[in-house]
Amino acid sequence: MSEQFEQGVAALRNQIDARISSYLSSCVHCGICAEACLFYTETQDPRYTPIHKIEPLKKLWKTENTFWGKMAKSMGLIEPLTESDFAQWEELIYDSCTLCGRCSMVCPVGNDITYMIRKIREGFSVAGYAPDGMKEATKRALNIGSPMGVTLKTLKAALAHVERDTGLSIPIDKANADYMTLFSSMEIVNFPEYIESIAKIFDTAGVSWTISSKAFEATNSGIQIGNRDAAAELVGRVVNAAETLGVKYVVSPECGHAYTAIRWEGPNLIGRAYDFEVIHILELLDKLKVEGRIKLSGKDDTPMTLHDPCQIVRRGGVVDPPRNLLNSVADHFTEMQDHGVMNWCCGGGGGVSANERAEPLRLKAFDRKKHQLEELGVNTMVTACANCRIILEEGLEHNEMDTEVVSLTELLAEHLQSGNT
Amino acid sequence: MIGEFIDGPLWYFSITAFVIGVVWRIVAIVRAGLKPDLSIARGSAGSGAVRAIFSRFVPERTVTTRSRLQLIAGYMFHVGLLVLLFFAQPHVDFIAERITGFDWPAVPHWVFIVTAEFAFAGLILLWLHRVLNPVTRLLSDLDDHIGSILVFLVMLTGCLALAQSHESLRLLHLFLAEVFLIYFPFSKLMHAFTFVMSRGYTGATMGRKGVNA
Ligand code: HEM
Ligand code: SF4
Ligand code: SF4
Repeated sequence: MSEQFEQGVAALRNQIDARISSYLSSCVHCGICAEACLFYTETQDPRYTPIHKIEPLKKLWKTENTFWGKMAKSMGLIEPLTESDFAQWEELIYDSCTLCGRCSMVCPVGNDITYMIRKIREGFSVAGYAPDGMKEATKRALNIGSPMGVTLKTLKAALAHVERDTGLSIPIDKANADYMTLFSSMEIVNFPEYIESIAKIFDTAGVSWTISSKAFEATNSGIQIGNRDAAAELVGRVVNAAETLGVKYVVSPECGHAYTAIRWEGPNLIGRAYDFEVIHILELLDKLKVEGRIKLSGKDDTPMTLHDPCQIVRRGGVVDPPRNLLNSVADHFTEMQDHGVMNWCCGGGGGVSANERAEPLRLKAFDRKKHQLEELGVNTMVTACANCRIILEEGLEHNEMDTEVVSLTELLAEHLQSGNT
Repeated sequence: MIGEFIDGPLWYFSITAFVIGVVWRIVAIVRAGLKPDLSIARGSAGSGAVRAIFSRFVPERTVTTRSRLQLIAGYMFHVGLLVLLFFAQPHVDFIAERITGFDWPAVPHWVFIVTAEFAFAGLILLWLHRVLNPVTRLLSDLDDHIGSILVFLVMLTGCLALAQSHESLRLLHLFLAEVFLIYFPFSKLMHAFTFVMSRGYTGATMGRKGVNA
C-alpha cells in the first residue's frame, strides 16, 4: 500500500463530519437520486447513481464507524478500502459528476449527496487519483494564476482592446474603490465582450470600481479537484488583493463555481471572515437597476429562455436577480419546465470541462438540455456563466442545433440607456 | 416458560436496547462534529432546516414523474405502518399498559384491515422494486433485505394474531417485534430518526444560501 494512498484515506477520514454521518445513516438505498442526475437519466447506467459515486466514502465510514461494518471487517467478510477502489471510482466522482446539486434536492431523507461528492474528492486528490486535465489546470492556477494560463499581460491586452472600443479607461489597482471585479480566464480569452459590457454599465451607473493586477482570476481549480490547500491558496490571493486595496465588495463574474468558491467556501477555507463582501455580478446589476442607477430601454421580442448556472442559482442562491433582469429586457421570456433551483446542468461544471477524457460522456449528458430546448421550442438561451456558455455551444454544435447562447450581462449592456442621469 | 420470557424480560431488554441504541447512534452522529460556517449568510439556517424537514415530504416534480411507483408505494407502506403501529386497538392497549399509562382512541376494525392491506401492498411493491430495478439492485445490501423482511414478518404475524386471537401467535408477533427493536439501532431502519437530522443539516446549509431545499 503506497504512502500516498494512506494519506488519501486519512484525508477522506477527515471529511467525515456530522452531516456525512447523518447522511450515510439515513440513506434508504431508494435510488431516487439517480432520476435527478443527468449522467444517469441520459445513459441509464446504474453506476451513475449519485449515492453510488461515494461508495468508497461509505465503505470507510461503515468499516470504521458502524457495528456491523466493524464486525464484518474483523471477521474478514468485507475488505477495507483499497487502492483499487480509488482507481475504479475516479471516473465516477470526476467524470460523471458536475457537482450540480440536483440530486441533493430530491433525496427523500434529505441527503446532500453533492456535498459528499465534493468531499470525497479531497481524499482522491491527495491519493493522486484525479484526471490529468484537472491536475494540470490546478497546477497552472497555482503557478501562473489561471487554469488556462492567462497572465496579467494577456489581461492587459484584452483591457487595452476594450478601452479602444469603448473610449473608457479601465481602473487598475485603484485603492478604496467600492467594487473589485474578478474575471474567469474564459471571459478574458473567449468573451472579452463581458468585460466591455461591465465597463459600459459601471460607467453609466457611476460605479467606483477597479481590477487588481495581483488577483483578477475568479475561478478556483482547487475547489473542483477537491484540494483544500490549493483552494485556500487561490482564495487567499483574492482576499489579500481586496483587503490591500481596501475595497468594499468583490464582484464575482458570470461564472458558476467561482461564486461558490469565493462566496460560500472561501471564508471556511482561509479560516476567517473577510473585511469585504462578495456580490455576484447579477446581484449587483439587479441592485443598480432597482436603485435606478441604470435604465434599460427597448424590449427584445425574440423568444428567450434562461439556463440557470447550477452554482449561481441552486448552490449559490442567486435565484431571482437573473429573472428580474431578463424580464426587464425581454418581452417573450419563457422558462424551461425544470428551471431555477431545479434546472438541469449543462454537463460541464465541477471541473468536467477541464477533463478531456470525460468529453464523450459530457456530450451524451447534454441530451438532457437538448431535450429541454426541443420541448420548449425557443432558440435563444440566455445564461450567466462563461463555462456553461462554452459547454452549451459545444453541445449545440455537436447536435447541429441552431440555438443561440447569450450572456445576460452582455444582453443588458445592449439595452443600456446611456446618459440616463 | 418461553412465553413469560418473551412477555417479560425480553420485552424490557429489547425496548431498553432500542432506546439506548437509538440515542447512541444519534449522539455518535452529532459528535462527529460540524465546523462553524464563516461565510455571511443570505438567509436563515434555522428556518431552512425546519423548512426542509417538512418540505421533503412533498416530492419534487422529478420524483413525481420519474419515480411515481416508489413514491406511491412508499407512502402506502409508511402511512399504513404508522397507523397500525399507533392506532391499532391491541397496540393502544399494549402501549397504554406498559409505557404511557393512558390510552387514546384506536381505529375501527375495518380501518385496520384496509390500512394493513395498503401497508402490505406498499412494502411488497417497494421490495419488488428493490430487487427488480437495476439501480436499487446495485445499491441494496443485506441490511436492506433484512429490514424489509423483518418488518414484513412483524406485520404478518400481527395480522394473524388479530385474526386468530391465538396466544401463541400473539407471542410470536411480540417476539418478532422484539427482534425488530433490537435490530433497529444497528441498521438502516435508523432512517426513521436520522432523516430529521439529514434534512435539517441540508436545509440549514441551503437556507443560509437563500435556497429553499
Ligand atoms: C417506524 C418507522 C419506520 C420503519 C419501520 C421504516 C421501515 C422502512 C423499510 C423496511 C423500508 C424499506 C422498504 C424497501 O424498500 O424494501 C423503508 C424505506 C423508506 N423509508 Fe422508512 N421506515 C420508518 C419511518 C420512516 C420515516 C419517518 C421516513 C421519513 C422520511 C421514512 C422514509 C423512507 C423512505 C424514503 C424509504 C424508501 C422507499 C423506497 O424504497 O422508495 N421511513 N422504510
Ligand atoms: S451533483 Fe449533479 S452531476 Fe453530481 S451526482 Fe448529483 S445530480 Fe449528478
Ligand atoms: S435518494 Fe437519498 S436515500 Fe435514496 S438512495 Fe439516493 S441518497 Fe440514498
